[in-house]
Order: sequence, then C-alpha cells, then structure tokens
Amino acid sequence: MRDHDPSSQPAHGTAAGAGALPIAISRVSKAYGAFKALDDVSLDVARGEFLTLLGPSGSGKTTLLMVLAGFQRPDSGRIAFGSDDITLAPPHKRGVGMVFQNYALFPHMTVAGNLAYPLKLRGVGRGEIETRVARALDMVQLQGLGERQVDQLSGGQRQRVALARAIIFEPRILLMDEPLSALDKKLREEMQIEVRHLHQRLGMTTVYVTHDQREALTMSDRIAVIDKGRFRQIGAPREIYERPVDRFIAAFIGESSFLPATLRDGEAALGGQPLKLATRPAPMEAPLLVLRPEKLRILAPGEDGTALNLLRGRVAELVYQGESTLLHVDLDGGTRIAVRQAASAAAPPLPTPGGAVILGLAPADTILVSDTP
Amino acid sequence: MTAATSPAPNEAALRAAGRRESLTLGALAAPGLALIGIVALAPIAWLFWLSVRKGDAYTLEHYVRLLHPNYMLSLQTTFELSVLVTVICVLLGYPLAYLIAQARERTASILLLFVLFPVWTSLLVRCYAWLVLLQRRGLINTWLTDIGLIDAPLRLVHNFTGTTIGMVHIMLPFMVLPLYATMRAIPRDYLRAAANLGATPSQAFRDVYVPLSMPGLAAGIIIVFILCLGFYVTPALLGGGRVMMWSMQIERHVTYHADWGAASALGVVLLAMALAIFWAVGRVIGFDRILGGR
Repeated sequence: MRDHDPSSQPAHGTAAGAGALPIAISRVSKAYGAFKALDDVSLDVARGEFLTLLGPSGSGKTTLLMVLAGFQRPDSGRIAFGSDDITLAPPHKRGVGMVFQNYALFPHMTVAGNLAYPLKLRGVGRGEIETRVARALDMVQLQGLGERQVDQLSGGQRQRVALARAIIFEPRILLMDEPLSALDKKLREEMQIEVRHLHQRLGMTTVYVTHDQREALTMSDRIAVIDKGRFRQIGAPREIYERPVDRFIAAFIGESSFLPATLRDGEAALGGQPLKLATRPAPMEAPLLVLRPEKLRILAPGEDGTALNLLRGRVAELVYQGESTLLHVDLDGGTRIAVRQAASAAAPPLPTPGGAVILGLAPADTILVSDTP
Repeated sequence: MTAATSPAPNEAALRAAGRRESLTLGALAAPGLALIGIVALAPIAWLFWLSVRKGDAYTLEHYVRLLHPNYMLSLQTTFELSVLVTVICVLLGYPLAYLIAQARERTASILLLFVLFPVWTSLLVRCYAWLVLLQRRGLINTWLTDIGLIDAPLRLVHNFTGTTIGMVHIMLPFMVLPLYATMRAIPRDYLRAAANLGATPSQAFRDVYVPLSMPGLAAGIIIVFILCLGFYVTPALLGGGRVMMWSMQIERHVTYHADWGAASALGVVLLAMALAIFWAVGRVIGFDRILGGR
C-alpha cells in the first residue's frame, strides 16, 4: 500500500476498530429440505476482528455469510451486530459492506457510478460523493479509472472496485465471499496482503469466507473451520495449524499423513515405541500421529537422533518442486508418507530412490489427534 | 537459432494448409450465404429496382404519388396503431416477463407455455376468435349487457379498438420472449449487491433491474413495432375496412391494379421505416446490446 495523507485515514492500531461492531451469532440453524446447511452454530466475532470461515464447498460457510448479510433467513437463532438484534432486518437496513464472489459490479454504471451508488442512496451531496469516490479509488490504487466501464477492467481491478464499493459508505462490518477466488495465484497473494492492510487501517469487523486454507492462514486473526454446517475448530491460524483438534482439521489444513498410535496413562507410543511429546496429551479415543511433510527431517548418516522421534523407511520417489523437494517415503510399517526438504545448499544431500532413510520428528512437532468423531 | 531470417523449410506447407482450411470453411458456409442472397437480398434489390421503373424508364413517380393525402392517412394510421400496440405490449409484457423470470423453473416453463401457446395456433383462427368475442352480439357484449353494466353493445370490433386488441394479443409473445431471456440472465447477485449497498427493493428494481433488462426491452420493441408496421391479416379482419394499413395499400395495388411499381415503392418505404426504428432504438440502447453482444 502506498502512503496516504494521514489526516484522511484512521490511525493504525489503537483507533482501528473503534467504529467497528462486534457480531454475535447464537444458535443459528438453516436447512434446505433435509440438508442442514447450518446446524445450531454459535460464534462471537470481536470488534475489529478479521475472522475467516474456512470449509470445503457445501460446508455452510457461504450460507452463514448470506444469513449475516440478510439474503437468507435462518430457520432459528439470532444474529446481533453490536447491541442490535438484526435477525429480522432486511439486507438494505443492515449497513454491512459485502464483496461478492463475482464482484457483482453493476455493468451499466461506470466505476465511479458503482462507487457513488451507496452514497447516493444515503443522500450524500454531489460534492462529497466526488471527494469520497476519488479517495476510495485512491485507497485501492485505481486513481483516474473512475470513468471506465466495468467491462474494461481486468480481474484484479474489478476486485479492487468491489472492495472500494463495499467500504465507501464506511460500514462497521465487512463481509467477503471468496473475493479472491477468480484471480490467478500471484495476484491473489498480493491482494491477500492488501486486503489485510486495508483491514488494519480501517478496522472494520470482517467476516471472510474461503475454501483456501493458505489464504485463511495468511489473512485471519481467527479461523473458524466449518464442515457439514457445524464449527469444527475456532482459533488463531497458528493454533489451528499446530494444534488441530482432530483428524479432519489436520487433514484439511496443510498436508498430513496419519499413523495410528496408542495412548495409555498419558504415555504415547507408536508401534510399541514410546513417543517423546512436548506436553502431556489429553486422553482421546483412537489417537493418530500427525505427520506434516515440512516437520520431518532426514537425518544425516550417523547423526544423533536421541532427542527426536525416529521413523525408518525407504525412499519411493523424489519430486522436484523448485523451492523444495518432496520425498515419498514408504515407512517400515508400509504406510507411505511425504517429506519436504527445502532446496538449500545447507541442506544435507538428498537420498536416492530406494535408499533407506531415518526421519526425525521433534517432540514439539509431535502431535496426536483423535480420529474424526 | 541458425536460420532466424530465412524461412523454415515447412513454412510453405503450413501456409498451404491454412489456405486449404479457409477454402473448406468458405465452401461449408457457401450454401447458407447463397440462400441468404437468393431468398433475402435479391428480392429486396429487385423491389428497389421495380419501385423506380415505369415501362422502360427510370422514374420517381411512384414515390411522388405516395404524398397523396390518402397514403399519408394510411401512413399515419399504420404508425399510430404500431406505436399503440407496442406501448400496450410493453405495459403488459414487462410485468408478465418479470413474473416468469422470477418464478421457479417449473412454474416458469408452464407460464412460458401459456405465452407460446397462441403462437402455435393459426393467426386466422385467433382473429376469428376475437371476432366472436368482440362483435356486437359477441360474448363480451352479451355478458356486459346481462350483468347490466351497459345498455347498448360496445363497438369493440370492425374499428381501431378491435384491431388494437387483436394485434396486442398476437404481438405479446414477441415482447415477452426477448424480455424473459434477458431478465432470466440477470444475476441475482446484482440485486443482492444493490440491497447490500442500501437500496430498498423498489430502488434496486429501478436502478439495477430495469437498466439491465433494457436490451430485452429494446429487442421486444423492435420486433413488435416492425411486425406491426407490415401487419395485414388482423387489421383486415378486425378493422372492418376502417383501418387502412400501409400493407393493405400494397395489397390493393398488387391485386386490383397489378401496379407493381407503386406496390414496390410502398414496400421500400415500409422497409425504410423498419430500418429507421431499428436505428433509433439502437442509438438509445446501443446496437451491440440489441444484437446480443453483451
């Protein structure tokens, strides 16, 4: 983001979020026939928080966003913005900004016309509309494109216009429905950072829907993982990634392989060998050891691995991926797992296919999850 | 890269293959183009030629004759009727198309069937049906008299009113179908976005839905208006000889006077009017939108 006149923008940090509203979702259900899109979900989004609803398609994340925007009426449950119960409020009275998946920019209006529309509806004067449209274009780095037709814009530019239109009337809550999914990878990653910065500057409470786990990890203060209409885990990105509560979360976020383990009196074991853990695990049924490719390290021949949990196997295949190499390793038990080794001159030489390897897993990275309930 | 400047050895072969492909595609398109030429363009050219011929000489006589008040009155009638029918079709067709576009898939197909059903029925049958309904001792007058709303039968047919009613009935599908197609393609998200930005349902309809349905409306207006301009059967049957349409003048010249020159001039004027309407609507709405560009 470019630097802007500080007087025209809310200050960083402390002031951010002052005008934002918290969202309280309590016991919301929504069914389409026999299909439960939302099954008694409750969630509080803090003032100024960036919360991501992450889930596979059909998980209910978009339905929840539609309920928040007022386009779908829940079958039961309440929604409150701040102290106002808005469960029954029509969409045009909710005052929330929304970025649609396909942007929904009005094709019969210019860029400036699109941005001015919410202001016109609010009876803002002509002069002020012009000022605010110019400022909004500036904010999303589209200076001077106000007179363009929407179909003359690139995908990335449309995305920015959609974002500008959603925030130009200074809503205190912003909803985003997979806003970056139509962009190519590089642009998407740029926009992730930009949206994040914009949120930090403006501080509105944001609910962001995505099915892209990396996007969720990049952008969010908190992630709510949703599946089959229910929240599976709600927490900060690091917590979700490092401490998944069950197999579903561990498999959905990041790449994971699983090995069945045993857990008795707080002592974990894998195939009869005790596992070194950083913390005493909570009791669980059918514990599984989570193996993430980047957490496993190939031990150099003769290296001392006594502080690590060790796995033995044979390299089945090497996949060169540029920044790293992915090794498919058949463990002695027969399970095939993936190991990622960063491409660096400092890294030990790669084993050859068919060669035996010893893999080390640090106790802090040794995570047990229960098999999905 | 040794031979960057000299052509690669297979360049000629590739160019020949490209030429062959163009020729093949051209040959495939030829029957269609020939048909359009023979069926559409050639008769129009012939029509023009006839309209400026008298005996063996070129003349504008046929056009000059059209300035006679008789023709002017006919032109006015044709124009008034076409405008009136088009306006009524818009007023009836827009809400109807909107209703069908908003309905569930199943309901929409049933409603569309009702719209299309008259199109599949013979034009003559429908005109005579209106005659039965509208005439002096027809169904409508009988009912209205029976329930005591009127004392004397209304003059509903064999005049401008009857012609208008009959033509609206016949033209309505041509208004509804393009409108429906356009409306159905308006993404819901546009209306949701408008609502989200603070528009009440009626504001969203006015500011977003109506402008986006314009191409369909324009197409409907053009089709209905142009069909009206050249309409013959309904005015002839329901107008009772009192509604003298441009098309009837053509028929008169051909049938009674065998005057092909005058008939051709009338035809050329009709064609010019149709093109003028198309141009006028196109100027307002944009040609690419009417022709289905976007």
